[in-house]
Amino acid sequence: MAILKRFRALIGLLLVLGFIYLFNQETAQDAVFLTWDSLVDMMALLPPILMLVGLMDQWIDKEMLMKYMGDDSKFTGIFITLLLGGLAAGPLYIAFPIAIMLLKKGSNIRYVVFFFGVWTIAKLPIVLYEIASFGWGYTIVHVGFGLVFFYIMGIIFERIFDKDELIKQDIT
Amino acid sequence: MNIAFFLYSVIGVLSIISFFTDREKTKRAAKKAWNMFSKLLPELMAILLFVGLSLSILTPEFISSFIGDQSGALGVVVSTVIGSVALLPSFVVFPLGETLVQNGAGLPQVSALMAALVAVGFASLPMEIKLFGRRFAYMRNGSAVLMSVLFAMIVWVIF
Repeated sequence: MAILKRFRALIGLLLVLGFIYLFNQETAQDAVFLTWDSLVDMMALLPPILMLVGLMDQWIDKEMLMKYMGDDSKFTGIFITLLLGGLAAGPLYIAFPIAIMLLKKGSNIRYVVFFFGVWTIAKLPIVLYEIASFGWGYTIVHVGFGLVFFYIMGIIFERIFDKDELIKQDIT
Repeated sequence: MNIAFFLYSVIGVLSIISFFTDREKTKRAAKKAWNMFSKLLPELMAILLFVGLSLSILTPEFISSFIGDQSGALGVVVSTVIGSVALLPSFVVFPLGETLVQNGAGLPQVSALMAALVAVGFASLPMEIKLFGRRFAYMRNGSAVLMSVLFAMIVWVIF
């Protein structure tokens, strides 16, 4: 039963896929091919990132990280978060293990929430796509507003959540 | 695949340097990386299948039919919902948005859709709950929904 529970989301989605297949075989086949494509994309990103997280976990000193991203870090925290999130590649779930590592090393919750925000809206490669499709003005409004919004959210989350209780499952 | 090549090479070199500096640390790092991978795998497979389903169902024609130029506030709500539930690779999001606008969808509605697509993760919610707890995951995604709606309103006023 435990295994069934672990895979329940996957089983549910497979049922949806089967259901779609009954009505529209072509869409279902597309879905299978597209899933394969995203599996290939995932394998391009996740294993090296996890290895990087593992290395950072071993080599980065807790005191050092706390100094730069801890409670009293101010601008270095913002700067490092922008750098980490902005140079990132890939979907949000790749950011989760990185966030766990940062939290374990004593990073402030504010920067972790801000990091998710930066990861979703200010990744440099994606921003280039946005500029190409919608122009500079639109992109600056989107990224600028998003960054301010998620920084404020970070401040709010920092007050609500207890750092020591945030990590529910230490996957490392 | 360029990003993949870059990542694998850089992190491969870092791992080799690390290995020659301290074997034990590097072994522990590799073990941690593998543990993370195997623990994330069930949710990960579900997310990948979800991406496949989203991409196959959400064709530009399908979305355009919901969020035309005249769809107004309701269109913003619909696109925020679609954007929150679906998960598309982020490099697909903006070209898709451009196609939608060309097909007659309104810019504020498309903005809400794109902002929600990138910032709200319904598909990765089980993983987020598992790692950070229900309250954090719901609140973070809730704040991202709020961000998408506010952004659509800003676009509505400015552009």
